[in-house]
Amino acid sequence: MEQQIVKVKNKKGVRVIPGFGFSMGITLFMLSILVLIPLASIFISTAQLDFKEFIDIVTSRQIVSGYVVSLSCSFIAALVNVVFGLMLAWVIERYEFPGRRLMDGLIELPFALPTAVAGISLTYLYSDQGWIGSVFAKAGIKIAYTRIGITIAMIFVGIPFVVRSVQPVLEKLDRQYEEAALMLGAGRTYTFFRVILPELFPALLAGFGLAFARGIGEYGSVVFIAGNIPYKTQIAPLLIMTKLEQYKYADATACALVLLLISFLLMLLINSIQLHMQKFSKC
Amino acid sequence: MKKIKENVCLSVLSACMIAGMLTGCGSASGSTANSDTSVELLNVSYDPTREFYAAYNELFCDYWKEKTGQDVTVTQSHGGSGSQARSVIEGNEADVVTLALAHDVTAIEEAGLIESGWEDEFDKDSSPYTSTIVFLVHKGNEKNIQDWDDLIRDDVDVITPNPKTSGAACWSFLAAWAYQQEQDGQDSAATQEFMKKLYQNVLVLDSGARGSTNTFVENGQGDVLIAWENEAYLSMQEYPDQYEIITPSISILAQPSVAVVDENAKSHGTPEAASAYLKYLYSEDAQRLAGKNYYRPSNEDILREFSDQFNLDMNLVTIEDFGGWNEAYKTFFEDGAIFDQIYDE
Amino acid sequence: MAKEVKKNYEQDVVGDGINSIQKVIDPHKSESNHIVKNILIGTCALFLFIMLILPLIVVIINAFRDGWAAYQKAVFDEYTVKALQLTLLATVSAVAVNTVFGIVASYLVSKFYFRGRQILSALIDIPFSISPVIAGLIFILTFGNVGWMGDFLKSHGIKIVFAVPGIILATIFVTFPFVFRELLPVLNAQGKDEEEAAALMGANGFTIFRKITFPHIKWALLYGIVLCTARAMGEFGAVSVISGHLRGKTNTLPLHVEILYNEFNTTAAFAVSSLLVIMAVLILIARNLIEWKNK
Repeated sequence: MEQQIVKVKNKKGVRVIPGFGFSMGITLFMLSILVLIPLASIFISTAQLDFKEFIDIVTSRQIVSGYVVSLSCSFIAALVNVVFGLMLAWVIERYEFPGRRLMDGLIELPFALPTAVAGISLTYLYSDQGWIGSVFAKAGIKIAYTRIGITIAMIFVGIPFVVRSVQPVLEKLDRQYEEAALMLGAGRTYTFFRVILPELFPALLAGFGLAFARGIGEYGSVVFIAGNIPYKTQIAPLLIMTKLEQYKYADATACALVLLLISFLLMLLINSIQLHMQKFSKC
Repeated sequence: MKKIKENVCLSVLSACMIAGMLTGCGSASGSTANSDTSVELLNVSYDPTREFYAAYNELFCDYWKEKTGQDVTVTQSHGGSGSQARSVIEGNEADVVTLALAHDVTAIEEAGLIESGWEDEFDKDSSPYTSTIVFLVHKGNEKNIQDWDDLIRDDVDVITPNPKTSGAACWSFLAAWAYQQEQDGQDSAATQEFMKKLYQNVLVLDSGARGSTNTFVENGQGDVLIAWENEAYLSMQEYPDQYEIITPSISILAQPSVAVVDENAKSHGTPEAASAYLKYLYSEDAQRLAGKNYYRPSNEDILREFSDQFNLDMNLVTIEDFGGWNEAYKTFFEDGAIFDQIYDE
Repeated sequence: MAKEVKKNYEQDVVGDGINSIQKVIDPHKSESNHIVKNILIGTCALFLFIMLILPLIVVIINAFRDGWAAYQKAVFDEYTVKALQLTLLATVSAVAVNTVFGIVASYLVSKFYFRGRQILSALIDIPFSISPVIAGLIFILTFGNVGWMGDFLKSHGIKIVFAVPGIILATIFVTFPFVFRELLPVLNAQGKDEEEAAALMGANGFTIFRKITFPHIKWALLYGIVLCTARAMGEFGAVSVISGHLRGKTNTLPLHVEILYNEFNTTAAFAVSSLLVIMAVLILIARNLIEWKNK
């Protein structure tokens, strides 16, 4: 509704709030200098390849297996994060208990901890000599240097995204629905899945997307805990590094470009969802 | 409340100004020191040489001070040999490079930064010290690993880095290849099968030599680490009584290469100092220092002084047996070459 | 179903006062609820303990493995101090640049309607999801010797990559959307009526921003700055590609940690990591204080 009104004003060429040109100018200027121009280098470098070479490189077996490892581990990690992220957001928002603030404060830790440090300490914990790894090793499960290890590192870096996407929505979500549903005789589970979850769904999806995108690109924490065995535990960013080490810039940027496109599409999707949500809640 | 608002506003504004100043200054700070009394050198090297060059730099500084009266400061940079070479190509302004493979120096040469003929600029193919590939195993050697053919046994887990990203791994690969060629009577197909089995036993394929060492030593993975000889000695020194070194019957004479990066040295005005820096590596003091840091001195007399430390009876093949680095790299490590084939089904 | 929920939501927005009364009346407690609550809290605590706290404990324990003297030696080492300075410099620059950008860009996207708004905000978000390795690579491909601006920069004697400016640029890049992301929802929720009213009454742009917009966003802004600081300090991947690892010159703290780790100096590596951990925890405490004040 609101947008339509502004649109009408637009046609007349009137913008009430001042500063459009100024802020547009600064935004575009900084965005171009700091993000777009450097990003363009990827395209420039990839353009050294012709189309067939490009396709050959990005569909070669090793590269594809790298994408598969990164995408599948990151997908599972994001799913796990959705479950635990929702649970964490719920507990932090809805319950009062000692240590709640601490719990809340810890969520951003993976942002702040350097990925290399995270990788080193996760490997220390989950290798078959480590505190957690040795327990699982007795059961015959290897964690570090397998895809499970990769997934755990990705879970680590992705936690904050889901929690922080869901939390504000949950905070605003009124309890009246739940109470209404409960009073009308719905069970707790039913209420949760049919009343609360649909409201949280866009936020969960956004958090999932962000965690997923972050996992695909994650390098620092994963290389330590991945075994880096070709076709098994080699992640896509590592393959890009390998190409670089062989002085094959165009090959490396071609692989990077594919990753970039995946990320960008994900981001576009998330933004559409969020704008949609915003429209949804306003009309 | 209003005060807080103003404070926040002010701090944001001042932060912007600071940032502007910083980025402004930052771009101007790429200066090169070039005066009569001091000279700065940047030595871009590979991972296992940190300790050696830290000691050597002091030695060289004293020598240079005495000779010319100039103070030298040498900045060190270490990492995987390949990525270090890449950083020089991309603009890391090294005066000298001291890398693990001639192949990496050649890559810098091809980028036009080093003049051709660098191999003959210094003695012994421009490799002042050498090393070889040995096995590091847990104390007691419970799995009884003695030679390369023990590494393909089913009960042995191997740790080695990826040849595509690590110089040490290239040398290890070639050493194993040379051993099996000897056994099979030069049958390449059989040797390739052997290599396949060997790499199937590899548990973790780190991207660099130090990464592999850490995986083996710190995280306790695997039964045997295929490592630089100097790296193996260093681990023994850091963790006494936990490991032992096994020397295989055949290994390879690994010749790390050194070169002056002519373009950078010229623009910094440091070609004499850079050249002297590398030349002094061949002096007796430096050769002894190399020996103490578990590198094999290229000076035969001094190498003999260390005969209780190094196994001098090993049968060492050289890179020339593989037709030189460029040939070897093409045959074994290029995309789709033998290393990739052993991982393809 | 969806339609019904939507309808409810509308009623809520209108009848907010009644809701809060209802909340007071209904204490919302039952036995089974309690069990569910405890199970959920327990699971969350366990998850956080395993995923987040244990790695922290590993860092701290290993940092002090060789005693306090060794810890002190590692932390006050010349190169550690230099790395710390560089990290702080990069962090301050990144935060400053991204704060200005975040404010302006979120103002633009939330207060004005124009074509391509979605694409613009998706573009701003790119650094969020880009692999840090690629983030470092793009600067090499732009400003390095192999990059298309390489010759120009070289002939003018300007060094960007493998020098401090490159590290600052990479840090700015990876934290680029943080402030923007925090501000946007707040500004969106606030709407633009107040600004429009002020504008119609003749206030100029800066006054409108200072008097109307800014009070709404100041807590979100601080929160964004805190997050941006945390992320900037810890950045490893992008900076690692672009730094050249020049000891004492272009090593940030996270890179220094890696170097120490690779020097068989595990204790020192963890000691330096613990510095970063302490800084991170301080920042997170600051974040909580901000949120507490906000509420």
